[in-house]
Amino acid sequence: MLYSDKVMDHFNNPRNVGVLDEPDGVGEVGNPVCGDVMKISIAVQDDRISDIRFQTLGCGAAIATSSIVTEMARGMTLADAVAITKKQVADELGGLPPAKMHCSVLATDGLKKAVDDYLVSHGREPIAVGTIAHDDPDFDPHAEEHEDACDVEEA
Amino acid sequence: MESPDVYLDYSATTPVDQRVIDAMLPHLAEGWGNPNSLYRRGREAYRALEDARERVARIIGAAHPNEVIFTAGGTESDNAALIGIATRAKPQGAHIIVSAFEHHAVLEPAHFLEKSGYEVTYLAPRPDGHIDPDDLAAALRDDTVLVSIMHGNNEIGTVQPIAELAEVAHARGAYFHTDAAQTLGKVPFDVAELGVDAASFSGHKIYAPKGVGVLYLKRGTPFAPLIRGGGQEFKKRSGTQNVAGAVGFATALEIIDAERSTEGPRLAALRDRLIAGITGTLENTEVSASYPDRLPNIAHLIIKGVEGEAMLLQLDAKGIAVSTGSACSSGSLEPSHVLLSIGCPPELAHGSVRISVGRATTEEDVEYFLEVFPPIVERLRSMSPVYARMFGSAEG
Repeated sequence: MLYSDKVMDHFNNPRNVGVLDEPDGVGEVGNPVCGDVMKISIAVQDDRISDIRFQTLGCGAAIATSSIVTEMARGMTLADAVAITKKQVADELGGLPPAKMHCSVLATDGLKKAVDDYLVSHGREPIAVGTIAHDDPDFDPHAEEHEDACDVEEA
Repeated sequence: MESPDVYLDYSATTPVDQRVIDAMLPHLAEGWGNPNSLYRRGREAYRALEDARERVARIIGAAHPNEVIFTAGGTESDNAALIGIATRAKPQGAHIIVSAFEHHAVLEPAHFLEKSGYEVTYLAPRPDGHIDPDDLAAALRDDTVLVSIMHGNNEIGTVQPIAELAEVAHARGAYFHTDAAQTLGKVPFDVAELGVDAASFSGHKIYAPKGVGVLYLKRGTPFAPLIRGGGQEFKKRSGTQNVAGAVGFATALEIIDAERSTEGPRLAALRDRLIAGITGTLENTEVSASYPDRLPNIAHLIIKGVEGEAMLLQLDAKGIAVSTGSACSSGSLEPSHVLLSIGCPPELAHGSVRISVGRATTEEDVEYFLEVFPPIVERLRSMSPVYARMFGSAEG
């Protein structure tokens, strides 16, 4: 199993680490029992993500995907941010090993949770609910691995 | 400045000792005959192979050289012992017992036997990391034919009371196998003193090459060969023998055995310095298993609130090689079965680190590790959203 140079760069020099002092929205996903937890905090102006920070407990891929997703989401509209896919995250990092593809779901789910937290706390309808893998009681990272292992072979 | 290269993973594998290479080379370059051929070249290879066998037999305390069977490694030896003994002993019963924290080289053949109609008991270790003879006695049945319990655990480093365990198994008529890949050359090992019927060894854990191992099989132990063919190795393991590998194994064993009285205490001091240095500097760190009888070369710790692969990669960036029991490092989602078996919660098992020292490890290596490691842990903890919540205030 090998990580790309870009994964290692984001793991060794993660961008936007921390917590915003006065966040407009916060999302946390994962479980220490599974070995990874991600927390993302966002500031929102005119329905765009104006600032963003993350904290992650997890492996190299979990930290790198968290870092890259904050770079991707900064400046995006809320609608665009929740549309970021795990594949886009992995592609942005120059690919992930098949066994690590589920880590990118942690990052996209954390971001979706933060956006919905902002919307709900401002009396609006959430837009990501129903697309958050970690909210599904049947969420099975093994299935993700299998599916993506096949994708990688085709690529 | 030259980038450091500090290898602290000797329980994963070892470099081949130059003295072993020197002993092996003639058997690759000139002595390449088939040891089963009758002409001069064959006889020379045969003599080298049998000389290696006698040297191994002498050091492990085998009663006869033909109790030493050369294999392609520790995993093959384990598979052959489990499947070979259970298959041949089936008329006497179809129940086997293995410890729950065996290496996969024992657990997987046990699973295979289970699917093939055997009943398997996976005996849990005590929380301190040892298999207790009383627990084995309680698990034994009239139809138990084989017990397999590892000598030294490859992760947490605890050394099992094999002599007592073998005695308990024999009292109920079961054969006893031990996977001794981690202990050979590191703690006293004598098959007669331990009273085992079968034992597995691996070359690359003792500074011999990968691809060679030994199965000790006491005379009279029922055994059906795993690998069938031309009947080499007393019909117990077919295939033209790896003569250079056998010579390498024997040479490596002689060296490690001769140096054990001085090397053992030296390694234990390095191990203890690592443990004291880590637990004395970093809060929320502890040795993972408290059983006092332990391998001299393994320091295994739980670093709370940090994921193991992240630690491993950050250490790698500083030129240090170690192992972890985290799920992420293995590609599976479950953390180490060894840690779970001794009751370590998964959220802590993800943060385990195994540091194993060896022949080339110096005090400087250990001090370099102790200098580099704490800031890595503190940085990863400071990046964690749950460290303060789970373990109190974040450090630094």
